[in-house]
Amino acid sequence: MENKGTIVYGIDPLVIRDHYEIDYLHSYAEDSPFFIGLTKGKLLGSRCTACGYTYSTPRAHCMECGEPTIWHQLPLTGRIHTFTTCHYGGEAFLKETPFTLILVEFADADTLFLSRLKGMQPDQVHIGLPVVARFAKVPSFKVTDVWFEPADEE
Amino acid sequence: MRPVYMISGGITKFAKAHQDKDFRLMVKEAYDYALRDVPRFSKDMIDGAVGSYFSDHFTRQLKAASMVQDYLGLCPKPSKRVEGGGATGGLCFQSAWEAVASGRMNCCLAFGFETMSRVNTWKGNEFIALASDTNFDFPVGGFYSGYYAMMVQRHMHEFGTTVEQMAMVSIKNHANACYNPYAQKAKRLTIKQVRESPMVATPLTMEDICTMSDGAAVCFLASEAVASKVCNHPVKISGVGSGSDAMRMADRPHGKVILLPHEREADYRELKYPGVHSFRGGRMAAKLAYEMAGISNPGKELSFIELHDAYTSSEIQTYEDLGLCKYGEGGHFVESGMPFLPAVDYGLELPDRGLLPVNPSGGLLACGHPVGATGLMQAVFAFWQLQGSVEKHLGNGKLQVKNAKRGLIHSHAGTGTYITVSIMEAV
Repeated sequence: MENKGTIVYGIDPLVIRDHYEIDYLHSYAEDSPFFIGLTKGKLLGSRCTACGYTYSTPRAHCMECGEPTIWHQLPLTGRIHTFTTCHYGGEAFLKETPFTLILVEFADADTLFLSRLKGMQPDQVHIGLPVVARFAKVPSFKVTDVWFEPADEE
Repeated sequence: MRPVYMISGGITKFAKAHQDKDFRLMVKEAYDYALRDVPRFSKDMIDGAVGSYFSDHFTRQLKAASMVQDYLGLCPKPSKRVEGGGATGGLCFQSAWEAVASGRMNCCLAFGFETMSRVNTWKGNEFIALASDTNFDFPVGGFYSGYYAMMVQRHMHEFGTTVEQMAMVSIKNHANACYNPYAQKAKRLTIKQVRESPMVATPLTMEDICTMSDGAAVCFLASEAVASKVCNHPVKISGVGSGSDAMRMADRPHGKVILLPHEREADYRELKYPGVHSFRGGRMAAKLAYEMAGISNPGKELSFIELHDAYTSSEIQTYEDLGLCKYGEGGHFVESGMPFLPAVDYGLELPDRGLLPVNPSGGLLACGHPVGATGLMQAVFAFWQLQGSVEKHLGNGKLQVKNAKRGLIHSHAGTGTYITVSIMEAV
């Protein structure tokens, strides 16, 4: 193997650079239809076949009663349940700052959905604001294939 | 189950980086300190150990707790690692309690550590955010400060909590730490300084958020027979409880409040619970611990609390979960002055100052948060409070709560996914 040398940051104590990276085969497994749905402009939640509990972020089994859920298409409009604008972030997202995170509530759903809000100044964002889903034209098969923008008041 | 006592504890100074000692040596220092504090106790009386550290990513050494076990010379005694996010230390403490309570061991060592300085702060934040759903949460902008910011925005919306009330928590904990030589970030602050420090995730600024640290802490837990033989002032662990909630904040169901003995359903008729504004797992943990310890009104029956203030906002949220005040009154609770110490000058007007000190040590905000050590650090500070030995261990008695009879320690993971509450009592 080629010896590229070792970066040494200090000698007392001895501190060296130790690089590490890895590619995973990340299977979305039972959540896969949600991500395929995003490529078709659909937001898929799930609904319990036994108790009717409705999830805005899907799961294959109900966490209230344990029974299987079925896929349930959500409306593309909802309201901001809560929000924040991040001026720092994890390293993977640092270059995207500032960005605004929101939890979206949908009519007739029992849980929320985490997404990003775009197209609005951070100081204009407020709880209860109507928002509409937008989808990436070129999918990356990640949850960020959907985001929200302000919608007209109904 | 039989009674369990804490007989000694030790901690390293929490620091941004301890490049001169690795996790084994940090634990060894805390361990040797704890051994010296009980001269009649000896290493051969330890039946086994539970080790805790949060992240294999941070340490880049799998099975790191095994390396501590051999470094302390405890092989071939029983050992295991406990991991549960931010609550890792609290879970470790309770796991050691279980070993003694069950009769499996007469003395169990709980040790915890974290080495967070091997990566930069933002890579560290990324590692921590991997403790959120990697399908649905992490890719949106994985950042715990963002998650907590969304929680407190909703708390402010529901209850009228203010950023100034949050800043008072920051002032309190950083000022307390001025008298704690183990703390990483002691300083005097004003509300204006907290609000004008760099914004991280609205409304949380740098001074609303704890820092990453290197550090270690240990506790010796023992049966009554061992405790009475080796320790002049053992502290009884009279109650343990823990709780959980859904990993995704988005999944927190809306139901009824889990009531404590001093609360009534009518108190919360309009409240959708826990929403994203409260920690249901914390309430469950408190309820179970209070039941075991026989506490019916925590605000009146506790002498002090060391709780998991990773954020100023989560300290306010946790006052409510622990039942120190009703849900929605956490902001007023800090304004009342109750969680402040009587002897420390904060530069604030505090009408009921010192009635129930919270985080006299300085908490995570000022001591730092070397994750696997944090919950055990709280146990060590609580132990010293209940022994009345704060002056001996910190070199000054400013933080000593007078006549401390009963303390509560609270360790918290994720956005409230695992939470532990343990009650400790002077005997």
